[in-house]
Amino acid sequence: MSMNSQGRPSAIPAAGVADAVTGTFTGNRGLQIEEPLIFEQDAAGRCGVDLPDVPKVAARLGGVKPRAKVGLPGLAEPQVVRHYTRLSQKNYAIDSGLYPLGSCTMKHNPRLNEKMARLPGFADVHPLQPLSTVQGALELMDSLAHWLKTLTGMAAVTLAPAAGAHGEMCGIMAIRSAHEAKGDTARTKILVPESAHGTNPATAAACGYAVESIPATADGRVDLDALKAKLGPDVAGLMLTNPNTCGLFERDIIAIGEAVHAAGAYFYCDGANFNAIVGRVRPADLGVDAMHINLHKTFSTPHGGGGPGSGPVVFSEALAPYVPVPYVTHGVDGFDLVENAEDGPAFGRMKAFHGQMGMFTRALSYMLSHGADGLWQASGDAVLNANYVMARLEDVMTASFEGPCMHECLFDDRFLKGTGVTTLDIAKALIDEGFHPMTMYFPLVVHGALLIEPTETESKASLDQFIDALRALAERAKGGDVAYFQGAPRLTPRRRLDETAAARKPILRWTPPVGAEALAAE
Amino acid sequence: MTVKYTKDHEWVRVEGDVGTIGISNFAQSQLGDVVFVELPEAGRVLEQGKEAAVVESVKAASDVYCPVSGTVIEANQALVDDPSLANNAPESDGWFFKVTLSDPSQLDALMDEAAYAAFVEESH
Amino acid sequence: MRYLPLTEADRQSMLAATRAASVNDLFRDVPEAARLSGPIGGLSNHMGELEVERHLGAMAAKNLAAGSVPSFLGAGAYRHHVPATVDHMVQRGEFLTAYTPYQPEVSQGTLQVLFEFQTQVSLLTGMDVANASMYDGATACAEAVIMANRVTRRKKAVLSGGLHPHYRDTTTTDARFIGFDAVALPADPTGVEDLAAQVDDKTSCVVVQNPSVFGQIRDYSDLAKVCQAKGALLIVVVTEALSLGLLTPPGEMGADIVAAEGQSFGNALNFGGPYVGLFAVKDKYVRQMPGRLCGETLDADGRRGFVLTLSTREQHIRREKATSNICTNAGLCALAFSIHVSLLGEAGITQLAQLNHAKAVQLADKLAAVPGVEIVNDGFFNEFTVKLPKSATAVVEALAERRILGGVPVSRLYPGAMDDLLLVAVTETNTESDMDAFATALAEVLS
Repeated sequence: MSMNSQGRPSAIPAAGVADAVTGTFTGNRGLQIEEPLIFEQDAAGRCGVDLPDVPKVAARLGGVKPRAKVGLPGLAEPQVVRHYTRLSQKNYAIDSGLYPLGSCTMKHNPRLNEKMARLPGFADVHPLQPLSTVQGALELMDSLAHWLKTLTGMAAVTLAPAAGAHGEMCGIMAIRSAHEAKGDTARTKILVPESAHGTNPATAAACGYAVESIPATADGRVDLDALKAKLGPDVAGLMLTNPNTCGLFERDIIAIGEAVHAAGAYFYCDGANFNAIVGRVRPADLGVDAMHINLHKTFSTPHGGGGPGSGPVVFSEALAPYVPVPYVTHGVDGFDLVENAEDGPAFGRMKAFHGQMGMFTRALSYMLSHGADGLWQASGDAVLNANYVMARLEDVMTASFEGPCMHECLFDDRFLKGTGVTTLDIAKALIDEGFHPMTMYFPLVVHGALLIEPTETESKASLDQFIDALRALAERAKGGDVAYFQGAPRLTPRRRLDETAAARKPILRWTPPVGAEALAAE
Repeated sequence: MTVKYTKDHEWVRVEGDVGTIGISNFAQSQLGDVVFVELPEAGRVLEQGKEAAVVESVKAASDVYCPVSGTVIEANQALVDDPSLANNAPESDGWFFKVTLSDPSQLDALMDEAAYAAFVEESH
Repeated sequence: MRYLPLTEADRQSMLAATRAASVNDLFRDVPEAARLSGPIGGLSNHMGELEVERHLGAMAAKNLAAGSVPSFLGAGAYRHHVPATVDHMVQRGEFLTAYTPYQPEVSQGTLQVLFEFQTQVSLLTGMDVANASMYDGATACAEAVIMANRVTRRKKAVLSGGLHPHYRDTTTTDARFIGFDAVALPADPTGVEDLAAQVDDKTSCVVVQNPSVFGQIRDYSDLAKVCQAKGALLIVVVTEALSLGLLTPPGEMGADIVAAEGQSFGNALNFGGPYVGLFAVKDKYVRQMPGRLCGETLDADGRRGFVLTLSTREQHIRREKATSNICTNAGLCALAFSIHVSLLGEAGITQLAQLNHAKAVQLADKLAAVPGVEIVNDGFFNEFTVKLPKSATAVVEALAERRILGGVPVSRLYPGAMDDLLLVAVTETNTESDMDAFATALAEVLS
C-alpha cells in the first residue's frame, strides 16, 4: 500500500482529555459565549424580515405542487445578529493577529477594497445587461488585465477562473488545446515535482493526463537531470511552483524552461507564491507559458473563511489564442465582450457569466493603492520578513534547506526528535500563545514540515513576539514537557477535536430531535 | 498455511488456493485511526501489484495493492462496518478481501514474517 | 505606503540578522537577467485612498446600476433585496479575514456556519446532505455530472434543453477535456422535450433545470423513476434558489443530486460573481461528493464542536486521485446566503417566494395585454419567456434608452437564434409602478 509518510498523527493524545473545565453555570467564559445552532433557537412564526402582503392572484405553477414546508427555524433580527456575532468571535483572523500559513499569503485585507467593490456601479450590475450599460465594468476588467499582463510580462490573460485550482484547470486545458491544434495527440503526460501543491497532480489527472513525479535535489530544488530524463514527445507540459513550496527560488528555472520547450512541451507555473516576486521578477522572463494568479493571495482579496477566490491565468504568445470565454475586447463603440466560443480557438466556458467581478474590483483597488513602487517594496518586505524569521529560529529549530528563502521559510521536525512532541503539538501550543499556526505537514518532501509565511504586512514587533514564542516552545519541547503540548490548546473555544469520530460516523447536518414532530403535532 | 508480506506492507495468508489479504500491523500504525475502507466486489479480477482497495485515516488515503493475482471471492463486510478493526486486529479480523489465486508461484518472491520484520526494521 | 509596517530602521536591523547585504541580495537565487532593477514600468505609482476612490468611482459611474431603474433581468442572476444585517455581519473581520478552517480550535465560528449552511441547503433542496458550497451553479452542475459518471461508471450525460447555456457549456468543456459524452438537447422553451426517451443503459445522468432557463417549471418525479430503473442519476439544477421556498423540492421529486446557484440569498449581482454553488446529494453518495464538508464531533473536554471531515476525498490528500481538483468553496458568499436564510426563516422564505410568484403573474398579465406580446410558459416561478413581434435585442436596447432594463434577450444566451424571445424576471424589488412603466414602454417600443 501507499504510505502516510509525513508523520501526521490523527488521534487525540490521551493526555489531552478532560483537564480543563469552565466552572461557570452557563459554560460561557467571559467574552467567549457558547452559542447553540440556529435550528435550536426556533420559534414557529417568528421572522427576521418584514415583507409586504402577497397580492391575491391565481398561482400559475403549471401543475407543480407548492411544497408543504421547508423546515427552517424562525428568529428575529436581534437574535440573528447576536448569533453570527458570537460565532465570529470564535474565529482567528488576520484582523486579530499574525496568520503565518505557508503558501496561503495571509496578508492584510484593506477595507478600501471592500468599499470599492460595494459601489452600486459595480455591485448592483447584472451580468447580462446591455453592454452599453456596463462599459465601466468592462473597463475595470480591461484595467486589471493590463496590470496583470504588465506585472508578469505575458501576452494575454483570462479572468474567467473562479479560484487558483480552477486557474490550473484552465492552464492545462489551454496546453492541451494548443497541442491538439498542432495535431499533436501523442502527449499523454504532465510532469509535476514531488513538492507540488496537491491541486497540481489533481488538475493534470482531471484533464486526462498521467502524472509523473520529478524528484527534488538535496537543496530543495527540482532535479534538472531527472527532469530532462523524463522529457520527451509524450510529455505535454511541466507544472512547477516557483518560488517553490519549500520557499525557495528555482535557480535553474531558465534551463528548466528551455528544456521543456526543446521537448515541445509547455511550462505551466503555479503562481500561488507570486507574492514573493511581484513587481520585481516577470514570469515571462523565466520562460513561463501559463501561470495562474491567486488574487486572494498576492492581491489581498479576503480569504473569507475559505473563498471565494479568483484565479486569472496569464499566457505567453504561444498559448494566448487558447483562452476560455468570455474576454473583453476593444470595439468600435467602446469595450466589447466575447461570450461565445463558436468562432475561433477559445476552448470553451469554465463557469457562468464573466468571472469573479467582485474580486477584480478589490484586486485593482489594491494594485492602484500600492502602485509599481509599492509592490516593489511589498515583495521586498515579504522576503525580508521570512528571512528574518528563518535567521532568528534556525539555532533552535531545524531549517530544511539553506537560505536565503523567498517569502516563506521551511522547517522540519528534526529538532523535535526524541522529545515526544510533534509538529502538530507545536502548532496547537502556538494557538494558546495567541497565534495562528503555520502550515503543517506540507510540503511532503520533508518530515513534519512547518512552513512559515509571515507576509509583508507584519511589523517587526509582531514578528519578534512570534519568534520569541516559538523559541520558548522549542526549548520547552526539548525540556521534555510532553504533557503540556499534548494538552494544548487549552484556552480556545474548543480544545482538540475528535476527527476520527467525525470521519467514522459522519454527522453532516442538524436533524430535528427524535419525537419533535410528534410533540409539535400535539 | 503460509503468510507472506509485500514491501508495500500488505500480507496474504494462503489456505489451499484461497488467499486472504490485509495490511500489516506496521502499516496500520503508520496510518493512524482508520476511518473508512473501500473493498473490491466479488468477481473482480485483480492483478499482482495493482490497486485493489482503499484505506483512509483522517489525514491520509492509501491504496492497497494486491499482493498476488486472482479473482475476488469475498470482501470483509465487518471491516466496512467497523473500520477500527484495521487498527485493532490488522492481521486477523481486520482482513480486507479474499481471492482465488491464479498464479501461486507469485508467492515465492514475497517475504515471510521474519524477512518482513527485518525489512521494516531496516527501512524505517 | 500605508499597508507596510516596516520602517527603514527595521529593515536595516533585520537585514543584519539575516547576514544579507541588502534586500536585493535576498533575491540572489533569481537569475540576474530576470531581476528588474527597480519598480516595473508602465504602471502608476502608489495612490492614497481618495485617489483610488476617484479613479474607481469614475469607472463605476459609467455603469447603469440595476437598482437605479426598473430592472427585470434574471437568467441565472437575480436582484433581491438583501437585509442590511447580512452585509454588516459578512464584513466582520473574523469572518472576512479568516482562512479555511483547517485549525478547528480557532475556527469554530466558520465551521458552525458551514454546518448550519449545509443543513439549510439540505432542507431547501429536500436532500439528505449538502457540501460547504462550490464556486457557482455552473461549476456545481459540471461537478455533479462528473460525480454521476463516477458513481455509475458510465460516461454519457444527457443535458436538458432547458439547462442554462452557460451551465451546459461549462459541462461540455469538462466533457471534452476529462473525456465523457455530454449530449445537449435542443433548446426547449416550453418544457415539452421527452427526456425519458433519451435514457439508456449507457446514461450516467440526466440533467434538468427547474425552473428552466426559460422559466418553465415541471414535475420531474416520473423522470426520476425512469432514471432509477435504468441505473442513471437524476441531477436537478436550480438557478433561482428562492423557488425552493414555493415549489416541490427536487429531493421530493426523486433527484439524486441537486446543483444550484445560491446567489439569490444574501449576494449582490456583482456583474456575475462571486456567487455560491449549492451541492446536495442522497446519503448514499456522500463519499463520492466533491467539495468541502463540515461535520459534528466532540472536543477533548467532551463538548460539541465542528471539523472539516471526509477530507481524504480532496486534492490535498488524494492528489491525482481526488474526487475533484477544487480546493476552495465560496465561504463568504455561503455565509451571506446563510445569514439571509436565517433572517427569513420558515415564514419569511415562504412569503417571499409567494410574493415573487404573485408579482410575476401580475407582470405576465400586464405584458400579455400589450399588442403582439405572448407569454410562452404555462407554469413559472418568478421568470418567464415572452414572444415579441420584433427582435428582442433591439427591444432591450430601446428600453435601455428609456432607462428600463427590460429582461435578457434569449439570443444573448443562444447566439443567432430565437431573437424573438425575451426572458423577464420579477422579484420583490419591482414595484407596481415599475411593472406599469415596463408594460407602457414595451408597448411604445413595439408600436
